[in-house]
Amino acid sequence: MGSPANHDNVASLATDFYSLLESFKETPFYHLLFEIFLVLTVLWLILFRKPRRIEKKLTEKEKQELIDEWQPEPLVPPVDANHPALNVRVLDGIVGKTIEIDGKKSLNFATFNFLNFVGNPRITDKAIQAVQKYGVGSCGPRGFYGTIDIHLELEERLAHFFNCEEGIIYSYGFSTVASIIPAYSKRNDILFVDEGVHYAIQKGVEASRSTVKWFRHNDISDLERLLVEQDIHDKKNPKKARTLRRFLIIEGLYMNYGDLCPLPRMVELKYQYKYRIFMDESVSFGTIGQTGRGVTEYYNIDRRKIDLISSSLEYSVGSIGGFAVGSSFVVDHQRLSAQGYCFSASLPPLLAAAAIEALNIMEEEDTTLCDTLMEKSKRLHQKLLDIKGYLIVGEDISPLKHLRLTNSQNTVARLEEIVEFAQTRGITITVARYLNDEHRLPEPSIRLILNVEMTDEELEFLCTVLQEARVKVTV
Amino acid sequence: MTGTLFSKADKDIEINKNNDCNDLQCEEFEETPLYAAVLTYLSYAILCLFGWLRDFLRQSNIEKKRGAVDPNASLGFVPLYQSYESFYTRNMYTRVRDIFNRPIASVPGAQFELTERMSDDYNWTYRYTGRTISAVNFGSYNYLGFAERTGQCATDAINGLKSYAVSSCSTRSEIGTQRYHVELEQLLANFLGVESSIVFGMGFATNALNLPAIASKGDLILSDEMNHVSLIIGMRISGASYQTFAHNDMNDLEAKLHAAIVHGHPRTNRPWKKIFIVVEGVYSMEGSICRLPQLIELKKKYKAYLYMDEAHSIGAMGKNGRGIVDYFNVNVNDVDILMGTFTKSFGSAGGYIAGRKSLIDHIRIHSHANTYASSMSAPIVQQIISSLRLLSSPEGKKRICQLADNARYFRRKLVDMGFIVYGNKNSPVVPMLLYLPARVTHFNREMLRRGIAVVTVGFPATKLLEARVRFCLSAAHTRPMLDAALAAIDEIGTDICLRYSSRHVHRRLKDL
Repeated sequence: MGSPANHDNVASLATDFYSLLESFKETPFYHLLFEIFLVLTVLWLILFRKPRRIEKKLTEKEKQELIDEWQPEPLVPPVDANHPALNVRVLDGIVGKTIEIDGKKSLNFATFNFLNFVGNPRITDKAIQAVQKYGVGSCGPRGFYGTIDIHLELEERLAHFFNCEEGIIYSYGFSTVASIIPAYSKRNDILFVDEGVHYAIQKGVEASRSTVKWFRHNDISDLERLLVEQDIHDKKNPKKARTLRRFLIIEGLYMNYGDLCPLPRMVELKYQYKYRIFMDESVSFGTIGQTGRGVTEYYNIDRRKIDLISSSLEYSVGSIGGFAVGSSFVVDHQRLSAQGYCFSASLPPLLAAAAIEALNIMEEEDTTLCDTLMEKSKRLHQKLLDIKGYLIVGEDISPLKHLRLTNSQNTVARLEEIVEFAQTRGITITVARYLNDEHRLPEPSIRLILNVEMTDEELEFLCTVLQEARVKVTV
Repeated sequence: MTGTLFSKADKDIEINKNNDCNDLQCEEFEETPLYAAVLTYLSYAILCLFGWLRDFLRQSNIEKKRGAVDPNASLGFVPLYQSYESFYTRNMYTRVRDIFNRPIASVPGAQFELTERMSDDYNWTYRYTGRTISAVNFGSYNYLGFAERTGQCATDAINGLKSYAVSSCSTRSEIGTQRYHVELEQLLANFLGVESSIVFGMGFATNALNLPAIASKGDLILSDEMNHVSLIIGMRISGASYQTFAHNDMNDLEAKLHAAIVHGHPRTNRPWKKIFIVVEGVYSMEGSICRLPQLIELKKKYKAYLYMDEAHSIGAMGKNGRGIVDYFNVNVNDVDILMGTFTKSFGSAGGYIAGRKSLIDHIRIHSHANTYASSMSAPIVQQIISSLRLLSSPEGKKRICQLADNARYFRRKLVDMGFIVYGNKNSPVVPMLLYLPARVTHFNREMLRRGIAVVTVGFPATKLLEARVRFCLSAAHTRPMLDAALAAIDEIGTDICLRYSSRHVHRRLKDL
């Protein structure tokens, strides 16, 4: 419906179009084919062909010049000869409750000898018997005749001690947790890790190549925030979420801070957000809980709710190595997948024998050793709080405490001076050593470790010396 | 799983054409015979089929599900293991589990006692009968025979226990350094002929925790494709980029070095800060020895740093037991970083790194193990000190000669009988190829029945086609022990047709 002029235009368009169609019918077939081919080629060029990178072609002479010119950095950077690691104290004797340095005896508050098993004659005797039966080394990995019956006995004993289904032992404390985490958590899995975990756990987390979400040390609300975020993310992609495993990596008693993890709330959250808990109880084994069975005993939580407990034989037990306990379903996987277990020589039998004897002692005197230790830790904590000028970091029941100077005076140099002064007075303590690439480098501190055999007078003496040291250093 | 049917043959011809160090580097890697390859693939295919059938039966509850069950199964947790990951474990590994992880009840010397264990449910669970089986030990790493419970070394270890107790519960950088650590490090440095050394409590950790202290982001590591897992973990954690080169192939390594310096980092083209070449002295699965003279030449030409892991070669190779450097008689200072372990030749545990003092000082400051791991236990260190001292004495020389003798004799006899044996004729590790999984397990069980304990390895520790038995010779093996083993291998080899070699005539032992 328009004016006759429009009508004419439409009509002319129609006839043009009609004549176009007619001409199509008249063109030879090969012409049409050629046109279609051209169109397709243009489309391909535009859409699919990637622009070719202009490659640098170097001549042989240029390559040789590059090789001659290239200078690598020196193998190692220059080393500071005054670094504490190069000037350590060299001891010569049993490092028990007392140590002898340069002919003088001093009280030892520096080594992880919580239950005073170092130098225990029963343990030494059993180790000697093991050498007389098995020699020193085990000469092979667990898969190839390196499994000695004493290893199986130790694994059973540890599982029995913790009332778990199965135990597994490793030949080095550091490698234990560093091999366990990558065995379960792979790329794309999610790890919720407390920022205050110790270095071995950090390395395990790094080796797993999983997605790591750090939460502030012992801050449950921060963990909940991360869990809620992850939940929202999951709801957007439920299919993918069903294949991602989640783990919570925590310690029972933190080595770098001396405080307990808020386990009850974490277990509650576990069933709400469906993650598995891997707890490292290196320090809390043998020290926390009425019979030394760790944080689960202290909080009275069913140990079956924790998926895996890893720990060390190098602290309370006074041997070398590490272990993990849990349900058979979880622990058995490590026998084929944990690198530090499958590809490494097994624990020398004498160290396993020493560990078994230590467990014997813990199980028979169980009501007094660990209880006494917790009591003494509380008393020491009170005494330390009475000294002015120090900040005590750690729980009162923890036998491992960190001592810092208050305010801005807390430097490694001042702490080293305190340590030196204490040594002259007959107390051996140490500044906690860390590498600079820790995820969150803890503040400088003196790591005080309580030995269960220390008497009240000795604890008083420690506090007196610490007070004098502080006065001397901050003058 | 890719075809290795033809590539190895070319490598052999190349080696034989090599002009210098002919005898020391004489290695053989005969190619897989076609029928063995076909049968092996067929075996795995049949195993997979049966595996799927059994899984189906278990899923539909026709067959009882064995193995542990997830305590969190019905609570909506994401499964801890994917079912395809444990397919191999459930259906193949468990069938033959009894040939691995055999517990022993005595010192792992040349003759030892295995605890007898029986299974009533096809290896899902075991019960111990309380008896022991006596067997000749071809599985433990006891190259110089120091795995002894009596003698000078054991006595010294016991004295160490009495004087120093089991452990000091502290790290080397805090209160854990004892006089015996310093003594061992000095003794080791003198033995190897270097400026300084540092020791650690675990060999695996020595690699995994110290490579990050030496290499870092911006460096390139060229590692042999057959390197041990500990080296790979160390490389990964260090943050450096790494590439692998074909096993012992110096041409491939040179090409990669050349390309690395000319082109730099693949994407940014920035020059690399340092280039490391990481090799092992003796490769325990292949029985081959690294080509040290050529490596040193390459390293000097391209200004790279050489890291050599002598886990299996320290003590066992060279006329003074000083390892591959001694074997090829090269200057020890040409290898920048020497690493080794004490588990194999010294009958103890632990590892070391040796080299220039500046390197060792740097490691002392930056090593993860030095700062965070407990220091080595006294009896362990004492055993190493005693065995090191013994190595320099005539008794030690005798052991080294005995080991070399045993290794060459055993390998010669196996090759002459017509079995395929890989590796260098001087290496104390003798891998013999078995190929089919069924033959591997039968061989292992039959050898034990005849009183000889061997180590057989298959997929995934080796390539899918190349399942093998690996004999670890020891100086403590006597000629009668070796002959007994050879007789047993001869018998079983005839029973199940293990003579695969097409280069050597197949003969019976009695005809040799």
